[in-house]
Amino acid sequence: MTALAYTRFEFFRMFRNARFLLFSIGFPLIIFYATALPNRNVRSFNGSGISFPLYYMVGLASFGTMAAMIATGARIASERTTGWTRQLRITPLTTRAYFRAKVLTAYATSLLTIVLLYLAGVSLGVSMSGSDWLGMTGLILIALLPFAAMGILLGHLLTTDSMGPAIGGGTSLFAFLGGTWFPLASHGFVHDLGQLLPSYWLVQAAHLPAGGHPWHAMAWIVIGVWTAVLTVLAGYAYRRDTKRV
Amino acid sequence: MQPVPSTKTRDAPPAGPAEGVRAEGLTKSFKAPHTVVRAVRGIDLTIPVGQTLALLGPNGAGKSTTIDMMLGLTSPDSGTVSVLGGTPAAAVDAGLVAAMLQAGALIRDVRVRELVGMVAALYPRPMAVGEVLELVGIGEIAERKTQKLSGGQTQRVRLAVALVADPELLILDEPTVAMDVEGRRGFWAAMRTFTARGRTVIFATHYLEEADDNADRIVLMAHGRLVADGAPTEIKARVGRRTIRATLPDVPPERLLELAGVAGAERRGVTVSLSCTDSDAAIRALLGSYPPARDIEITGADLEQAFLELTGDDDIADSGAIG
Repeated sequence: MTALAYTRFEFFRMFRNARFLLFSIGFPLIIFYATALPNRNVRSFNGSGISFPLYYMVGLASFGTMAAMIATGARIASERTTGWTRQLRITPLTTRAYFRAKVLTAYATSLLTIVLLYLAGVSLGVSMSGSDWLGMTGLILIALLPFAAMGILLGHLLTTDSMGPAIGGGTSLFAFLGGTWFPLASHGFVHDLGQLLPSYWLVQAAHLPAGGHPWHAMAWIVIGVWTAVLTVLAGYAYRRDTKRV
Repeated sequence: MQPVPSTKTRDAPPAGPAEGVRAEGLTKSFKAPHTVVRAVRGIDLTIPVGQTLALLGPNGAGKSTTIDMMLGLTSPDSGTVSVLGGTPAAAVDAGLVAAMLQAGALIRDVRVRELVGMVAALYPRPMAVGEVLELVGIGEIAERKTQKLSGGQTQRVRLAVALVADPELLILDEPTVAMDVEGRRGFWAAMRTFTARGRTVIFATHYLEEADDNADRIVLMAHGRLVADGAPTEIKARVGRRTIRATLPDVPPERLLELAGVAGAERRGVTVSLSCTDSDAAIRALLGSYPPARDIEITGADLEQAFLELTGDDDIADSGAIG
């Protein structure tokens, strides 16, 4: 009951913040139409075997949702600055319930971004079977786990001032190296590096409807390790972050 | 002094868990650039259930650090603190403690009622939200967003957030700082309704008047130590002296000492300076006996000065300033 009360409260707060929603959801939609509309008839983007609209639909879904997940950190940083986080700590709210509320609200924004981008994709001719839609969405949501932990970690490490650059820079770097904007070369250093990033596998989810097996063992290991390490660090950062800011 | 009717309860606390808070040998230091700030330097304090205790001290006395340790927000370098018979963390988890911390804003994008209601849902036995809002006097702003409140309203909402827990122990860290006189009066009126239920309350303040008006017991803190502990009347007699200064040539200080309410008198040139146990009586007596006295100034109790006298100056050189 306590956990639900706090989660519901965070949902309300999130969906009442119109500016936040506009930027985190509107921005990916605009880029999608700006890039995919002129290229809607490209059947295989850069030799990836995936149509341009599908590639960019998933690419922008990954970019928008990564940003939404990490942006949780900005909200946490500002709550710390006002002293609200310390106030919450002296209530019976458990660490687990706190984390759950933060992660679920971030996922709610992400799901909204994903659904709107799917609708935009369909409007430009993207089509696939119902099971492919679901399977692809599932992979995206799983690949977002490390970013949820990253948002909480950054929120408890950084101040409001440094969150802007951290979100912008971090998201861009992960998006670029993960192949969000264009497919990575199929071999070489960037390709090898990319495979070690969760954002790479986020983008690879787009291969599911093309009949491929987008995630092999490597994907699960990379996502699992990033999630585990970042979760441990986030928990540690939260516990030691009791000082007045 | 505010003409607020005093409803202090000095009755013995009810039987049951007799200790609200027990601190033994608490110390806490912080690293600062080039130095170590010894914020709390050995505090022993037992607060019985049902007492309203004021932690009185100037900025940097270590009040907030002491409070942070009582709430489990900071762990002591040495010493122990127990709250209602258990650890601070256990008391927090059981919902027995609530506090209004020093730092002052509320989160945005929520209405007052939603905020207080959410906090209520975190506690096992909360007060009714409507009841708390009325008690604190914010019923009429219940539907307003938190970012649209004035400073005084924000403090009231923060009090409601603490009170809605209906805690056994309530801790307030400089709750009325930045409030005007009217706000302060309303605040303490609401608090009295709460303390009348026999709950334990600890509040930090640097206003002697506030401690005197609202506490059963005052503990003086300076430089990380307790320097005095007693009933408000005792403490006030020790540190609460006001000073009257006046231009009054040709009267020897010994004569001024005979005036009612004057405990000390000295002269610098044409100016005399009277240290008063009762400044109201002293000023009447002064003007009655020496009508030519002019340029009269009455200054309130200088706590910082009083603390220096109580602690001794040798102690100050290596002390730091953490509130």
